[in-house]
Amino acid sequence: MKWGMVIDLQKCTGCGECVAACKLENNVAIVEPKESEMGRTMLWMDMLTMYEGEYPRLRVRQFPRPCMHCDHPPCTKVCPVRATYKNEEGIVAQIYPQCIGCRYCMAACPYTVKSFNWYKPEWAPGIRETTNPDVSVRPAGVVEKCTFCVHRLQKAKEQAKSEGRTLREDDFQTACAESCPAGAIVFGDLDNTGHRVSSLSHSPRATRLLEDLGTEPKVIYLKEVD
Amino acid sequence: MEKAPAAPHPEYDLLRPIEDPGKSFYYIVAVLLVIILYTGYVYIRQLYYGLGVTGMAQPVTWGFYIINFVFFIGISHAGTLISAILRLSKAEWRRPITRMAEVITAIVLAIGGLHPIIDLGRPDRMSHLFFNGRLQSPLLWDITSITAYFTASTIYLYIPMIPDIAILRDRGVRPRWLYEFLSWGWQGTEQQHKVLDRAMNILMVVVIPIAISVHTIISYIFAMTVQPGWHSTIFGPYFVVGAIFSGIAAILVLMIVFRKVFHLERYLKLIHFNYLSVLLLIMSLLWFYFTFSEYLTGFYGHEPNEMRVFWYKFSGDFAPYFWTMVACNFLLPLILLSNRRTRTIPGILVASISVIIGMWLERLIIVVPSLANPRLPYPTGIYIPSHTEWVLFLGGVSVFILGYMLFARFFPVISIWEIQEGRQESAKAVTERITSYMPDPQPPLAKG
Ligand code: SF4
Ligand code: SF4
Repeated sequence: MKWGMVIDLQKCTGCGECVAACKLENNVAIVEPKESEMGRTMLWMDMLTMYEGEYPRLRVRQFPRPCMHCDHPPCTKVCPVRATYKNEEGIVAQIYPQCIGCRYCMAACPYTVKSFNWYKPEWAPGIRETTNPDVSVRPAGVVEKCTFCVHRLQKAKEQAKSEGRTLREDDFQTACAESCPAGAIVFGDLDNTGHRVSSLSHSPRATRLLEDLGTEPKVIYLKEVD
Repeated sequence: MEKAPAAPHPEYDLLRPIEDPGKSFYYIVAVLLVIILYTGYVYIRQLYYGLGVTGMAQPVTWGFYIINFVFFIGISHAGTLISAILRLSKAEWRRPITRMAEVITAIVLAIGGLHPIIDLGRPDRMSHLFFNGRLQSPLLWDITSITAYFTASTIYLYIPMIPDIAILRDRGVRPRWLYEFLSWGWQGTEQQHKVLDRAMNILMVVVIPIAISVHTIISYIFAMTVQPGWHSTIFGPYFVVGAIFSGIAAILVLMIVFRKVFHLERYLKLIHFNYLSVLLLIMSLLWFYFTFSEYLTGFYGHEPNEMRVFWYKFSGDFAPYFWTMVACNFLLPLILLSNRRTRTIPGILVASISVIIGMWLERLIIVVPSLANPRLPYPTGIYIPSHTEWVLFLGGVSVFILGYMLFARFFPVISIWEIQEGRQESAKAVTERITSYMPDPQPPLAKG
């Protein structure tokens, strides 16, 4: 199994629904405006804006950016305590209780996807109660990032097991894929020809970010055609 | 054994600071202690609130702490490495400087080694490094090599100190138990001298590769990532050269201060400053050579991301720091030290201080711009260190000064026995050595 994601930029409208869904699903802390101004916003799924060309022929492109779950992740290579590692299914995971907060993985990730808990995360009263009980809240001083909603995978696997069948594509979708109103994000098993991601990943429009670095991202973008 | 101070010791200048430290010593110690206490408070605050009290953010996740870590460890190369090279090459002029240099290493390594811990988000989980440590991570190699270097260099500092401690013990200097204990029963017998010599020889040879490995590995922490500006094969030697460079500057500053404060003109002569400053000049040229090759290859490669970092340093936000660094590390030392008229004590002092500043800037310029220019389009900001980081930096420097002062209060900063040995034996030994490598006299021409 090799979990991966395809993001179709032709379909993506840049609405930011995935960003919000991810934040809620994974209890990603909300930082104060002052902190945010300093560059400490925490997002596992971010919406990046790229400017192409020059004014007046300027073209603005937006694309959602989760962790790439690289097959050759530079981040896990440098971690001194194995707090970040690639599991057998290809998901690059973080073990929060083990992370010593050296931020070496952040320095090594060419996609800059990791967030650090500069302070103890806090939620406004009332919102705290709505946090997702399936996802642990990270303490101050550790690094966190997109996990491909691994807690959902866990649940789906248990469900499938209790029903005595193998995992189907629809059993498990990440929060961003599920919430995308344009259906631009597809999640599934890249090795399984029965899953849509597998065929989409072979589309002629398929491309990966910073492919030349050899990190082999498992997030595949489908280029816009114009 | 004699008790109270007997006849004036021939090297009384070196013993005076220990036997009679004077009042100003206590004033300075008090000031330093205040700074250090405040630093402790600031650090505890950081522990309590988290790293948010620093100026670091995403993507510049490494700041002052890592910069100072690399910087302090660099300074530490002053000592053991240079002293080992000078001893090994039997440079006679080394005698009054080796110990001063070695003390720098021991103290600065301890301070530098603490910096990565200060930088941790979760210092309470330090033990994971031992129980879950991954040997594949350059950070682990780093811990190993720094520990090895610290151990080797403290032993290397201590062993040649034993005969001097015995002198203090025999003169009944207080606290007696300290000297009694540390002199390790030294009586100065021939056998003991032999053992001492052997131990020093072994350590000398061991310490050099360890020292080189330390800074090479620090450079690997950066070079092993694929980040623009860091992923460079030249980094290992470049860092080692930079380390020795800043190390020599640090010794020179200390020598000038000690000479002035303790009136050591009899020991630290102009010739010592002359030799060391020429060495500083050579290192400056070498530093320039490395910097030049590093940036020129980057520039010709013209990889877009690499170029972004390049221009960020050359003409972007970091240009003032970059060009100050070039001036401090290259132009100023070159002008001051290549000219006999400015290669005086004040000139050398200025050049050395400028090198220390320049090398600190170099660390800044290596750490921050690469992080501040991520490949994907993120909003980037310039890194501004917070009050916490400044205080911790100042605290580190204060600990160094305090450590050095305490050392000088209890132990001679110039090796007494080595000076005496030099006086008694080296003239003969040097003549013998010279004759041993001079061309043999011509054999008488065969007659006939
Ligand atoms: S995108 Fe970054 S954090 Fe994610 S796996 Fe790759 S290197 Fe690691
Ligand atoms: S910050 Fe945590 S996960 Fe990242 S390298 Fe350090 S210990 Fe590993």
